Amino acid sequence: MGGLEDRTIPRVGRVSARRIESSDVVTLDVETPEGPMRYAPGQFNMLTAFGVGESAISISGDPASGRLVHTVRAIGPVSRALCNLRPGDAIGVRGPFGVGWPIATAETRDLLFVAGGLGLAPLRPAIHAALAKRSRYGKIAILYGARSPDSIIFRRELEAWRGRFDLQVEATVDHALDDWRGHVGVVTKLISHVEFDAEQSTAFVCGPEIMMRFVAQALVAREMRENDILLSMERNMKCGYGQCGHCQFGPYFVCRDGPVFAYEAIKSLMALREI
Amino acid sequence: METLERILGEQPFFAGLNPEFLRLATGCANNVRFEAGEFICKEDDPADRFYLVRHGHVALQLFAPGRGAMTFQTVGPGEMFGMSWIAPPYKWTYDARALELTRALAVDGVCLREKCDHDHDLGYELMQRFLSRTIESLHATRVQLLDVYGAKV
Repeated sequence: MGGLEDRTIPRVGRVSARRIESSDVVTLDVETPEGPMRYAPGQFNMLTAFGVGESAISISGDPASGRLVHTVRAIGPVSRALCNLRPGDAIGVRGPFGVGWPIATAETRDLLFVAGGLGLAPLRPAIHAALAKRSRYGKIAILYGARSPDSIIFRRELEAWRGRFDLQVEATVDHALDDWRGHVGVVTKLISHVEFDAEQSTAFVCGPEIMMRFVAQALVAREMRENDILLSMERNMKCGYGQCGHCQFGPYFVCRDGPVFAYEAIKSLMALREI
Repeated sequence: METLERILGEQPFFAGLNPEFLRLATGCANNVRFEAGEFICKEDDPADRFYLVRHGHVALQLFAPGRGAMTFQTVGPGEMFGMSWIAPPYKWTYDARALELTRALAVDGVCLREKCDHDHDLGYELMQRFLSRTIESLHATRVQLLDVYGAKV
């Protein structure tokens, strides 16, 4: 991230493509006049829907491509407006912000990506980065939990990954009709389906906080170190660079010090209702 | 040749069980196999056994008119299903259907109940194990009911 202007003034970009992932989730490709953006897996941008507002949205693209991709769920006025953008529409982009997934420092280790719902979007750049240098890592597993089969995002990509012999992909849903042939149950149950060396593994976890808490507990029960379990937190990010204090999380600002934290660092904070 | 006792002892549910208790439980167990799509039990059937899945996957389902069969849980290798044989009215409360060729160990609940009645130490040990699975299952059900992946409102 550059100087103050870069941090505070949005670049005005255009939506170049729009893909519907599920009934309320859309992926937008964005182009800015400044050209491709350099970002690290796990970082986020502040996206502006002009006339409506700004919201923190994780980058969900492949960092090697340089393409700026965001996956948004329509849950409030800003995110709904972002989801309604069409190719050619203007969009504001401030960022990238935050500390991402330490994918490079996990080389030689087994990797577990555990995603819940929209949490697959912030993990996707890290998965791409790991697969781009596949031989440098040990076993890689992607465990994904979703509400129902029709709410699964990046479905075609998941299917393609599932077809690879150097990757284990398991998906589960909370409930399904008879035509679903995958797992049904909570995502923590999938952890028992994966073989990994607990001492030589790094887990990248992203999803609703309650899900991340239970996943972290299940990984600790498998004897993983708390420092090797990384979680992507979500709070009310506003400025994006630790000045406004809206996303304060104990001694941290999620936008500046996170969103990725080691479970060891935030375990006690996750139990505090006041924050 | 693999003995049934050894196979049963390798199942997570029976892991670490006192050898004498394992021998007693083995007397109530047998190997079973189900083809893909085959019903293993149906709601309201007499519940006289439980299953430890060795290979394949089983869908636990409830049927709702107008919606069809709805799966609320799948069970795979190393997992078990079936608790209704423990307490009256001893009836299955869901359908279980093999999603693929499935091999399992079926344990006769009536036989095991009689052995537990006769040997309370065996009964206490097994009930602790069933209670532990029940708590796990309840916990998972709570998380599913919370609909954590749903949109925040």
